[in-house]
Amino acid sequence: MAAAMPLALLVLLLLGRRGWCLAEPPRDSLREELVITPLPSGDVAATFQFRTRWDSELQREGDTDHYFLRYAVLPREVVCTENLTPWKKLLPCSSKAGLSVLLKADRLFHTSYHSQAVHIRPVCRNARCTSISWELRQTLSVVFDAFITGQGKKDWSLFRMFSRTLTEPCPLASESRVYVDITNYNQDNETLEVNPPPTTTYQDVILGTRKIYAIYDLLDTAMINNSRNLNIQLKWKRPPENEAPPVPFLHAQRYVSGYGLQKGELSTLLYNTHPYRAFPVLLLDTVPWYLRLYVHTLTITSKGKENKPSYIHYQPAQDRLQPHLLEMLIQLPANSVTKVSIQFERALLKWTEYTPDPNHGFYVSPSVLSALVPSVVAAKPVDWEESPLFNSLFPVSDGSNYFVRLYTEPLLVNLPTPDFSMPYNVICLTCTVVAVCYGSFYNLLTRTFHIEEPRTGGLAKRLANLIRRARGVPPL
Amino acid sequence: MAAPLALVLVVAVTVRAALFRSSLAEFISERVEVVSPLSSWKRVVEGLSLLDLGVSPYSGAVFHETPLIIYLFHFLIDYAELVFMITDALTAIALYFAIQDFNKVVFKKQKLLLELDQYAPDVAELIRTPMEMRYIPLKVALLQCFPQCYFSCLSDIPVSVPPYLVCPRTPLSPPAAVHTCENEEQGLLDLFLGVCHDVCGKPSGNRLPLLLPSQLLGFHPRSLWLYCWVSPDFKLSCAVKEGLSVPDLTPNIGLFWYFFAEMFEHFSLFFVCVFQINVFFYTIPLAIKLKEHPIFFMFIQIAIIAIFKSYPTVGDVALYMAFFPVWNHLYRFLRNIFVLTCIIIVCSLLFPVLWHLWIYAGSANSNFFYAITLTFNVGQILLISDYFYAFLRREYYLTHGLYLTAKDGTEAMLVLK
Repeated sequence: MAAAMPLALLVLLLLGRRGWCLAEPPRDSLREELVITPLPSGDVAATFQFRTRWDSELQREGDTDHYFLRYAVLPREVVCTENLTPWKKLLPCSSKAGLSVLLKADRLFHTSYHSQAVHIRPVCRNARCTSISWELRQTLSVVFDAFITGQGKKDWSLFRMFSRTLTEPCPLASESRVYVDITNYNQDNETLEVNPPPTTTYQDVILGTRKIYAIYDLLDTAMINNSRNLNIQLKWKRPPENEAPPVPFLHAQRYVSGYGLQKGELSTLLYNTHPYRAFPVLLLDTVPWYLRLYVHTLTITSKGKENKPSYIHYQPAQDRLQPHLLEMLIQLPANSVTKVSIQFERALLKWTEYTPDPNHGFYVSPSVLSALVPSVVAAKPVDWEESPLFNSLFPVSDGSNYFVRLYTEPLLVNLPTPDFSMPYNVICLTCTVVAVCYGSFYNLLTRTFHIEEPRTGGLAKRLANLIRRARGVPPL
Repeated sequence: MAAPLALVLVVAVTVRAALFRSSLAEFISERVEVVSPLSSWKRVVEGLSLLDLGVSPYSGAVFHETPLIIYLFHFLIDYAELVFMITDALTAIALYFAIQDFNKVVFKKQKLLLELDQYAPDVAELIRTPMEMRYIPLKVALLQCFPQCYFSCLSDIPVSVPPYLVCPRTPLSPPAAVHTCENEEQGLLDLFLGVCHDVCGKPSGNRLPLLLPSQLLGFHPRSLWLYCWVSPDFKLSCAVKEGLSVPDLTPNIGLFWYFFAEMFEHFSLFFVCVFQINVFFYTIPLAIKLKEHPIFFMFIQIAIIAIFKSYPTVGDVALYMAFFPVWNHLYRFLRNIFVLTCIIIVCSLLFPVLWHLWIYAGSANSNFFYAITLTFNVGQILLISDYFYAFLRREYYLTHGLYLTAKDGTEAMLVLK
């Protein structure tokens, strides 16, 4: 008995604080969504979103110190199955149940656009933020192109897109839904027919425009009971009108100009297509060190006039250590194009610092634009718990604008290359030249002038004279 | 002699002003033969705008000048062209008077040695006369003003600006050094070489050229404290390390950019040390050999620095070439002058051609430019050693006689043994 007490205490200690102090078990939740958007061109865009949230016991001490913030970017990575497989493994149901059964590599990489993302952030559980949860949000966006799949018809179904259909929801998911964007085609069933017909719809203002979505809820037993699988089909009754898609209020383009391998100019065009509202944009540029930026050549022009940024932060690069960081807050006037350009020089690198295919060029990471874009239609602020996940991708704080983050294209620049077959030759030749100098100066410094005495017979000369005497010829 | 000098200066200033206004200015100011990462005017402007943005110019790898350049050009940025032209003109004037004084000293020394009977009897034609030496200072000023100095004036901190500031950056202080070598005037020295020059007591003429290699690095030992006081961000690493460790591999007319681009990483420290030693280690042997001829010693030293420094430009080459008229009398003893002149001229013409072919046309590669670099530097090395040879030979003739005969009465051959 006396021995059991310390034993019991030991066991309790081994269990740790967890078994002793925590009153409720930790919660975690999974929400998954698939948004299908038919595009006016006949293509279909599909976006998966998975949000996993779990409680954590770590206390967060105050605000994030900005000295610990890092920004890193890898400009070019050819995305393939190797990226998809570990991404899928982060999902609680992996690819066994729920929406993640649709994630098959052979279909997802047969698209004209593919994008994957992982976001992790801490979320406060109460107002004072004394306890936090961690949120892991994974998004995957693809655009299916009729021409790539080789079949001219533009009728889409889940089976045709993903070669799978939805069977059962993920048992761990608290919410599992498919949204189909039927904004333009809601009134008349003459353009687009969605099969099976949706039971509920959802209306909201997304990205400044009012949109209507048809909802298919996998957790709704009635949905799955009809057939053992759910295969949403989109049929075009008549071809969609060739209307130009609406131009977003903020979009950007980036390019490199100039000729030759010595210098160039990096230009970013920022378009504000809002008819009457001007808004500021935060532009963040990370340029590798081997493109030496000259910030005194930075020019920003809007509508032909110079536009001075409200805020500039520039951190110059250090060779082989860190890249350039340029951050600016630029006011974009209404209905205008703003051009931000900066000149750079291309550096010659050491021969080991080039990529295996050096004449392909080097990638420059895209610049990041963050802006609060004014919206035409007032939206209600996002409710993080109730609204769909895709709505909180572009959060709205007050009703008049929404936050958007854009990435421009990555760029490809060529650098001058040395000849890679030459290290040994270069060493030999340069050392030869140095030796020429050393030899000449050594001679001149250590030797003095003397009158050369004519040599009186070496061995060869005496032999030659001997032979000449024998022949009867005068001697040398 | 004031009128011809004034004429030369006026023409030089006019030509420079015309070049500044023309479209050539921008073209030349970006050429790699003319600017180097250490001395580019574009980088000075960049450093000043970094200062305006509130960022230290030394936090990046673009700006490598000394802090006093920042402070000076902060006020003079709009008059930069004027500053360059004025300093070039002042350099020409200073050289003119320096060489004039040098000629006087040479003549005096010659007379003394003649009276002391140090010379052999038949060297009359080797003795220099005031008549032939009359125009030398003008020619020196001319050469200083005209050839490649144009280009360097347009595009980088001219090699002449530093002596007139407190931060001697390039291996130029010939005006001052010439003065002080021959006249031993401390006052002039302080004026020309800067506030913190470490010359105390009577400068001996021979010590000064020894200081030239440290001028190369852009500082004088005592002036470091001034830099640190003036700008707390100035680290020794910025200017000196850049010059010594050669991290920037921009092509130039020197030997080492391609070498450091292609060498094996394992040996980088070794090769950096070996090549930087080349700049410095000729000083002491030359000082021992040429202890009676400090000006010639300085000429050779400047030439060696111009060849072996980390980022040479045509400005450095033009610097020592401006002194050729002073050694006009050596012409008869030069052995390969024709070939070497041809080499240098042809290489100077081929530099821009092969650069264009590599960088813009894409039909040549870096080896072409590198080959011309090698040839140009070999030409320079042989030219300098030729002048050295001619100088030593003339000295030998002065003391041993011009018409030498061998033991058997035939004309003698002189060899170095």
